[in-house]
Amino acid sequence: MSNSHQPYSFVVSREDWSLHRKGYQDQQRHQQKVKDVIKQNLPDLITEENIIMSDGQQIIKVPIRSLDEYRFVYNYQKQKHVGQGDGDSQVGDVIGRDPASQKPGKGEKAGDQPGHDIVEAEVSIEELEDMLFSELELPDLKQKDKDQIETHTVVFNDIRKKGMQSNIDKKRTILENLRRNATTGNPGIHHISPDDLRYKTWEDKIIPQSNAVIIAMMDTSGSMGSFEKYCARSFFFWMTRFLRRQYEKVEIVFLAHHTEAKEVTEEEFFTRGESGGTICSSVYMKALDIIDRRYPPSSYNIYPFHFSDGDNLTSDNERCVKLIGELMKRSNMFGYGEVNQYNRSSTLMSAYRHIKMDQFMYYVIKEKGEVYKALRSFFQKREGGSVR
Amino acid sequence: MTDEIRDLEYAIAEIMEIADGFGLDYYPMRYEICPSDIIYTFGAYGMPTRFSHWSFGKTFHKMKMQYDFGLSKIYELVINSNPCYAFLLDGNSLIQNKLIVAHVLAHCDFFKNNARFSKSNRNMVESMAATADRISNYEMEYGTEAVESFIDAVIAIQEHVDPQLIKPRHLDKQRYMEMKIREQRGEKAPRPEGRYDDLWALDDMQKEETPSEGIQVHHFPPEPEKDIMWFIQEFSEVLTDWQRDIMSMMREEMLYFWPQMETKIMNEGWASYWHQRIIRELDLSSEDTIEFAKLNSSVVQPSKQSLNPYYLGLKIFEDIERRWDHPSREEQERWGRKPGQGRAKMFEVREFDSDTSFIRNYMTKQLTEDLDLYVFEKKGPDWKITDKSWENIRDQLVFSRINGGSPYLVVQDADYLRTGELVLKHQYEGIELDLKYMERTLPYLYRLWGRTVHVETRVEDKPIWFTYDGKKHHRKFM
Repeated sequence: MSNSHQPYSFVVSREDWSLHRKGYQDQQRHQQKVKDVIKQNLPDLITEENIIMSDGQQIIKVPIRSLDEYRFVYNYQKQKHVGQGDGDSQVGDVIGRDPASQKPGKGEKAGDQPGHDIVEAEVSIEELEDMLFSELELPDLKQKDKDQIETHTVVFNDIRKKGMQSNIDKKRTILENLRRNATTGNPGIHHISPDDLRYKTWEDKIIPQSNAVIIAMMDTSGSMGSFEKYCARSFFFWMTRFLRRQYEKVEIVFLAHHTEAKEVTEEEFFTRGESGGTICSSVYMKALDIIDRRYPPSSYNIYPFHFSDGDNLTSDNERCVKLIGELMKRSNMFGYGEVNQYNRSSTLMSAYRHIKMDQFMYYVIKEKGEVYKALRSFFQKREGGSVR
Repeated sequence: MTDEIRDLEYAIAEIMEIADGFGLDYYPMRYEICPSDIIYTFGAYGMPTRFSHWSFGKTFHKMKMQYDFGLSKIYELVINSNPCYAFLLDGNSLIQNKLIVAHVLAHCDFFKNNARFSKSNRNMVESMAATADRISNYEMEYGTEAVESFIDAVIAIQEHVDPQLIKPRHLDKQRYMEMKIREQRGEKAPRPEGRYDDLWALDDMQKEETPSEGIQVHHFPPEPEKDIMWFIQEFSEVLTDWQRDIMSMMREEMLYFWPQMETKIMNEGWASYWHQRIIRELDLSSEDTIEFAKLNSSVVQPSKQSLNPYYLGLKIFEDIERRWDHPSREEQERWGRKPGQGRAKMFEVREFDSDTSFIRNYMTKQLTEDLDLYVFEKKGPDWKITDKSWENIRDQLVFSRINGGSPYLVVQDADYLRTGELVLKHQYEGIELDLKYMERTLPYLYRLWGRTVHVETRVEDKPIWFTYDGKKHHRKFM
């Protein structure tokens, strides 16, 4: 509309903007990049304390520095700024406090100040799982094991014109007959021809059988410090979640040991420390005992995993190797994780290195980031079902 | 046509009449009513159609989220163009729209008349759409990744342009630099023939008296160059044609946005001043008056840790009006200021000033006290008020607006040690650069220049060089 009283004209309009998606497209590209960065940082992220110590339900915030738009900016912290008070501001008044400087060790502040725009990506644990687990796979199982984790059922869910006489669908056959007769101008149920016949057919459904049990074993003797326990805890956290994706029901049995083993609660497992030496065979005996009593291999997929710092009574090693053999007869796989920060020589590894069985796997973790590598090593994808 | 639009049109006609009566001078207006995600898209890109980049998507997401959570709201968006586009948020009430219509008319008046905008490309809507097209063609030809990562690098230095309003000796950058190089070599500058040629002869006579020195170090660039974008796009040896093209287009866009960055406080103050004056002239019901007051106060609301440009600009303009309407006896006697010149002075200021001169010239002691302004800085973990003297507040404000708030860097040497290495110099004025950010910026600069890059700045008041050679960072105190 042009306006005649005015030297200038104006127009008011309302367009259909529904196809304008540009903002969303670039937003998606940004999120893709955020995701890529998270993926690159997976080894560090999965051992983040706030994840491992959480109940696993929450959304966590991950600082993504590399997606900042870097440029030449002033150092906000060393700059003077002008602000405005309510009318009674005084020199010396504190108007704000840096949240990050209260946390030592993390000098950078996560604020909303211009130029210091740390992107905090929100990721749900589920998303992290998706990224992590897309790289993992359950180790190859033997053929007979496969029968155990899968059950077949038959579901009648389709109708066809050909089929077995015993599967005839009477109702639909009559309906077809009615329809045909009606179209030929002679309604009623009569002259059922082979064309009218309808058969139920079925589909094979494979339903994964749902039970798995993790036997989490850990050395809680004095030599296992908080770092060692934390690595083990991170590992078990993700392993449990991974197996929960594969099986409907996953149970975990926590066995703590030093010179003798006992079943403990999760809480105790990760927090309690005992002094004294280490005899690993004690925990393997206990595991065997529990499997035999509570988890028959015929109905459970069993995953015994043992974490230790490698310290063991040397004379006990031979017995350990023998017991692992026993355990492996009952289990899908056996994993041994050694947390060995300082690369000490390990009595256990010197014995385990010689175990040549496909189900036996080990990994030595030297730093937090390697928990991720351990997971990938234990549950690596194997091509064409070949066994490593 | 719906009733809603008819009502709005009626209101706009009325508002324009009032604005014309006040002497506002604006372009033809195009008002578009848009849903929130479209307004926020335009807000993030600064333009209805602009090239694609994830950083816009990031901004869009952030803005949209704040809107969705009810934390902030954009009611309008106005584009400096002729005709002038103004986008109104769908769902605004009529009275909200009246305020916004008045507000954007004043913005448009500012765009049209302020000196900083005198070189603005008023067809930028189309230019940016064309740029978007060109870049998307490059994406198809050279790959999205290649184009995107190149743009990443350009964005890192995009503020470093030279928004010169006056060209020295009427020469464009290239010619001016060629002339300077010739001067440096002692060659005579070729000059256009004209009536005053005999004057040049005097110049030559003088030169002969002082024979030029035999050995001379030739600097390149002959004078420090502020326009890093232009310089790299022109003289980098590693850029391909499409990359130079993208750089020059992005430079144009930055030059277009630059005056807006230089006049943020003034422009918002001017628009807030006028929407208040114009709405006052309307015949409003009591409900509308209350709703207007609510929205108006949310726009010009003061904030603690940063200054609301709407509020600050408005207050300064109101103060100018008061001081020129009712000059003190001293002002009348000393400066010959006549009463009743408030509006005239305001129009003069909106034409000739930018934020730095606006604050430097018109921030008064009285204003800093009335507004309860202060200088604050970080002391330990706390942000503390450290100064309330009005000159320091004023100077700090001016400082924060210099060069659009970005550090001022120049190309100092583009052939450092005769190796073709690039040296940028930070014109240090007491505030250090964020070193972490700088070290992350250098690789981008390296990518654009293709050889080792250095930045000279100061840390703890000592000169320091930061270097990135394509693999590693180095820093050394000089």
